[in-house]
Amino acid sequence: MLMLSMTAWGVQRFPPPQFESGYQIPQTTTPMPHPPIRDVIDSAVFLVALGMASWLTLKKRSRKWIVGLMLFSLFYFGFFRNGCVCSVGSIGNIALAAFNSEYTLPAVVLVFFLAPLVFTLFFGRGFCAAVCPLGAMQDIVLIRPVRVPEPLEAALRLLAYVYLAFAVLFAATGSLFVICRYDPFVTFFRFNGNWNLWVLGISFLLISLFVGRPYCRFLCPYGVILRQLSRISRWRVKITPDECIQCRLCEQACPFGAVVKPSKPLPPAENARSKRTIAFLIVLLPILAALGGWIGSAMHPTLARAHPTVRLANRIDAEMAGLVQGQTDASEAFRASGQDVQLLRLEAVSIRYRFWVGGMMAGIALGLIAGGKLIASAVPVVRKEYEAHRAGCFACGRCFAYCPVEQKRRIDQSIMNTK
Amino acid sequence: MTQPNKPINRRDFLRDGLWGACFAGLAGTGAVLASKSSQQRFVWQIDPAKCTACGNCATFCVLQESAVKCVHAYQMCGYCDLCTGYYRPEPSALDTAAENQLCPRGAIIRTYVEDPYFQYTIDESLCNGCGKCVKGCAAFGNGSLFLQVRHDLCVNCNECAIAAACPAQAFKRVPADKPYLLKGQG
Ligand code: SF4
Ligand code: SF4
Ligand code: SF4
Ligand code: SF4
Repeated sequence: MLMLSMTAWGVQRFPPPQFESGYQIPQTTTPMPHPPIRDVIDSAVFLVALGMASWLTLKKRSRKWIVGLMLFSLFYFGFFRNGCVCSVGSIGNIALAAFNSEYTLPAVVLVFFLAPLVFTLFFGRGFCAAVCPLGAMQDIVLIRPVRVPEPLEAALRLLAYVYLAFAVLFAATGSLFVICRYDPFVTFFRFNGNWNLWVLGISFLLISLFVGRPYCRFLCPYGVILRQLSRISRWRVKITPDECIQCRLCEQACPFGAVVKPSKPLPPAENARSKRTIAFLIVLLPILAALGGWIGSAMHPTLARAHPTVRLANRIDAEMAGLVQGQTDASEAFRASGQDVQLLRLEAVSIRYRFWVGGMMAGIALGLIAGGKLIASAVPVVRKEYEAHRAGCFACGRCFAYCPVEQKRRIDQSIMNTK
Repeated sequence: MTQPNKPINRRDFLRDGLWGACFAGLAGTGAVLASKSSQQRFVWQIDPAKCTACGNCATFCVLQESAVKCVHAYQMCGYCDLCTGYYRPEPSALDTAAENQLCPRGAIIRTYVEDPYFQYTIDESLCNGCGKCVKGCAAFGNGSLFLQVRHDLCVNCNECAIAAACPAQAFKRVPADKPYLLKGQG
């Protein structure tokens, strides 16, 4: 065992020589990572960009300027800073820090996680419009948007909730950072990576040519949180700050399906029916939650395999039971290190337990969300005019130019300015 | 429900309440997380005591050329003529011919110091961190060759892809102002 454990570490077999020629023993070089001041600069640039995005989307109301800031963010946070730190991926660090006391959260990550949430609560999703490099990457390549039918859109959107739930579960248990691992565009930002990352990135880019911001709409786990905050934001993007004259010109303007039509209150007969549907769905809610919780907890042995310690313990057990032949690198390294199998098993048991609890919570949450979405879809909405959907609008500013009232306002304004 | 104004007001009221709750929630989350955070940055590094030189470092890095390179703790080195990190087992001659070398990249430079000693230096632009030399050196030599994440190359991924693939769980986050775990330094 001792021999084995020394295989990689090595032992001093030959004494270091006594040199006679005046030879100087060289030092091992240690090139340093970038200096800490860069984090401060990044945070400052980030906050300024967020502030500018809010001003551009709400006050300046100019798509051209928004695109300008978006390109800046794409180059700075994307290509220059290699796409890391990013708010979307910071979910992983936050979840790990929340559930694991050994992990220290770098302050810059906290800034990147929290600032867009606060800004969204006040000003809507200016972050998505012009600061997030992932969003920018998809936005600039969109050339021929196709409309995604509303029910399909709603169904696909649930994927993002599932993604968020699993990303938090895996990060909180210290297994892996799913969001960072499968970040579709970081390969472009680094301009470096192995081929499967390139395939993932290029396919997303190709889809983005025809489907507006597919990652943002259907997968982005950070977008899920931003959507909810944007629903109740203090200020928000309006197609025109003046009155909508219902000319319908903006109806097709939004490539993300976020311009919503006016709707009238339902006639009494239908209203009664919709009330019955809602009552039924409310009864269904706890059932969905229970079902989700049950599925989530039942999946825990499979989910737990995402954790390297559980994988190793499973492998060692299988080897000891003679179910598998030979050793893997991991089991070999474990044996060579001379650690206690019993301790490993205990650790695996506690991780599996955390997956049981976490899987159940994630399942319950997803059940409630699915049920909540069903209820929301059955509640009739009364809308007086065309407007940008509170949650779905990325504040990209495309629709402004379609509105004749807005055009008139701009002309009036420029006349005012020249006077 | 018959007056059209009432529900809208109630809605606004609800929304305001929710807004306040969300704001308080964010502030609270921020405060809790801030107490767990620090100005210190962390970077990835290999604990050479755990690394088994499995070869994953060469292939799993997100960079095409791995940011992990072999480094040399010269003060531990025996400066052997027959270096088992440099030569394949049973080399035909102790020269610099490629067929005798263990390193698939020819990344180790052998230079004569004085009789009978030779210095071995890694050319990091050629090394891909495969760890063949590390294994060879550890098995029959002093173990002075080992693998380290080089921070002039590493882009410091939020989660290191090699760390996730390392069979020995040898990767850890270390403070950015002490980013190396060198051998032979206590
Ligand atoms: S939805 Fe997500 S990926 Fe898209 S812009 Fe917003 S934060 Fe970025
Ligand atoms: S993956 Fe781990 S064990 Fe393998 S060479 Fe790298 S550090 Fe060493
Ligand atoms: S054998 Fe592998 S690790 Fe050693 S110097 Fe050559 S490429 Fe680098
Ligand atoms: S952090 Fe990223 S770049 Fe650095 S060694 Fe790991 S995978 Fe490679």
